[in-house]
Amino acid sequence: MVPGLGGGALMLADTLRAQPAGLTEALALVDGLDDALVHGLARLDEARAAALTGLAGAFAGSPLADRVAVSIDKIIVGAVTDEHLAVLAGARSALLGAAHDALLDTVGRKRSDHPPSASPGAAVNATGGSRSWLRELAIAGWHGVDHELAAAGSQTVQALLADPAARRLAVLLDGFAAELRAAAPVATLERIPVRRWADLWSRALLLSQDDFPTEVSEPVDGRFLLLGVDLHEHPTVFRAQAHGLLETAGGEVRLVRTSVAAPKVETITGPSAWRMLAAFPIFRAALAEHRSVEVAGLLLTTAGDLLWDESRVTAGEPADPFATARVRLDAATASGAAPLDRHPAAIAEPVLLEGYTAGPDGLDLGGVTVALDLDRLPAAGPLTPALVTASTACLGLLRWDAGRWAVQPLAVQATVKRKAVAVHTGDWALGPTEAKAAKAEATAGTAVDVLRERAGRLLRK
Amino acid sequence: MSIPYERSSAAPVIEPVRQRKLAKVPFLELAEGRLQGVVSSGSDVSRVYVSSITAGDHGLSCNTNNNRPCGGLGGSYPCNHLRLLLAEATVQYGPDRVARYLRIEVAEGADLITGLHPAVAPNRAAEVFSSFLRHLSYLELTPTTDPLPELQWFPASGAVR
Repeated sequence: MVPGLGGGALMLADTLRAQPAGLTEALALVDGLDDALVHGLARLDEARAAALTGLAGAFAGSPLADRVAVSIDKIIVGAVTDEHLAVLAGARSALLGAAHDALLDTVGRKRSDHPPSASPGAAVNATGGSRSWLRELAIAGWHGVDHELAAAGSQTVQALLADPAARRLAVLLDGFAAELRAAAPVATLERIPVRRWADLWSRALLLSQDDFPTEVSEPVDGRFLLLGVDLHEHPTVFRAQAHGLLETAGGEVRLVRTSVAAPKVETITGPSAWRMLAAFPIFRAALAEHRSVEVAGLLLTTAGDLLWDESRVTAGEPADPFATARVRLDAATASGAAPLDRHPAAIAEPVLLEGYTAGPDGLDLGGVTVALDLDRLPAAGPLTPALVTASTACLGLLRWDAGRWAVQPLAVQATVKRKAVAVHTGDWALGPTEAKAAKAEATAGTAVDVLRERAGRLLRK
Repeated sequence: MSIPYERSSAAPVIEPVRQRKLAKVPFLELAEGRLQGVVSSGSDVSRVYVSSITAGDHGLSCNTNNNRPCGGLGGSYPCNHLRLLLAEATVQYGPDRVARYLRIEVAEGADLITGLHPAVAPNRAAEVFSSFLRHLSYLELTPTTDPLPELQWFPASGAVR
């Protein structure tokens, strides 16, 4: 026992020491497939073909065995069809799903099983266009992505954006396409984000299948207590995802997420991105003022996502997220991920850490150090690396990437100029609370008005 | 411990753009092998220019919203609108990304305009205009409360170091 360490830190020390069996082997198989996508499936040399065959071999004895073997054989001889590519993406997803489970098993937290009975999704138009662009990408490989191929996904994205039922795929493809456009021509790129692009490609391909399942949900009543806010952004989307505890009417305490996302343009970024979430005043106030929220009839999915609806919530009393975490987090029950969403990069476990020593490499928990993921600190909030380094308590998300665990801070308690402060990523949800940032935001915040006025001039002719 | 970029799901690809004032150049993008955008007229509030520079051969194009050629664009000499477009792109994306995209070679810290070897290019006003409209259409889309699990791959970043 390390004196002064909270339950979160003790739990984390065990996680950091664990070596899940089979993880390295599974990821090596994934790497083989990912490397093939760098050069393109139309140009498989012997080594890359052998890596794919090895991948097929790993599925021997599983229910997927025949389909994976046939599809990989066909792809190796040049039959790169939508059907075979879907199987390839499915095989990759199965391996990463197993890796996700093995990693999450080392995190000591109660978790309900995800029931297998998700309902088939509503048919979405334009998925054919998405599949064909993804096929062209797979054939050409990342090295073969030029300006034209990178831009070719744009029409499909526009069609998908027009259909609210297709928003999930549209948002993913739009972010992926923006990266390819920025990186084109990829052949001249120094380093290629091999696993990342394979992740985005295979998830997009699975979401483009007409029978991709949708989550089942049911209405819940209770009180939502905020733990922290994770912010997500790519050129055309800004999303605030709150992690928190739901105390249900039945006395249960569940670990849940709830989020709001808005389309935007690239030049709207930093603190002014919050303006795009104007349709969610209660959500924003709950983040900025650390208020609890009374919910009545909100839908909760089996994966633990509370579907926010401003008409079914009321802001309650202020509740300190650190107090919430200290008192309730250990006993809360999390939800298992939806089967096809399982992936190491999807792991984001709320943790409270106290009694550590903050250093340049991470947080020393007393003999074991957990890395800090400071790249995930957003410009839209007041939390900075300096505050994290000066902190004595940290609420964060435990994530796994590139072979290691790291904590992404969502809030810290620190001593600044001999004063105790608490700083949270969502503190600026209603606008920056710090004078300099507020002034900058006021200038930048007029972006939308300027865009509309100028567009009017163009349309005037 | 070094983290292999190639094996990271969260490997950063696009640097966060820097915020800039939009009054002079409301819209610009690196797309379809061009730096292209919309530039406000310096003298007439009701006029905008549609300007572009192609990657590689630096083909220049600049026209008014009434589709008249820009008077300042003499042959292959960049007009003020194109200079402004390039300067604002440098603010938004940083000089490295713009130079790499347009294939401009200049000494470190030098103004990118000095590395331009311009040529005359066909009028691209129609394409740039429709791109601007597509850009604006994002502001008309409804927000969503769907869980969007894939956004875990797209962290908001850029806190002041």
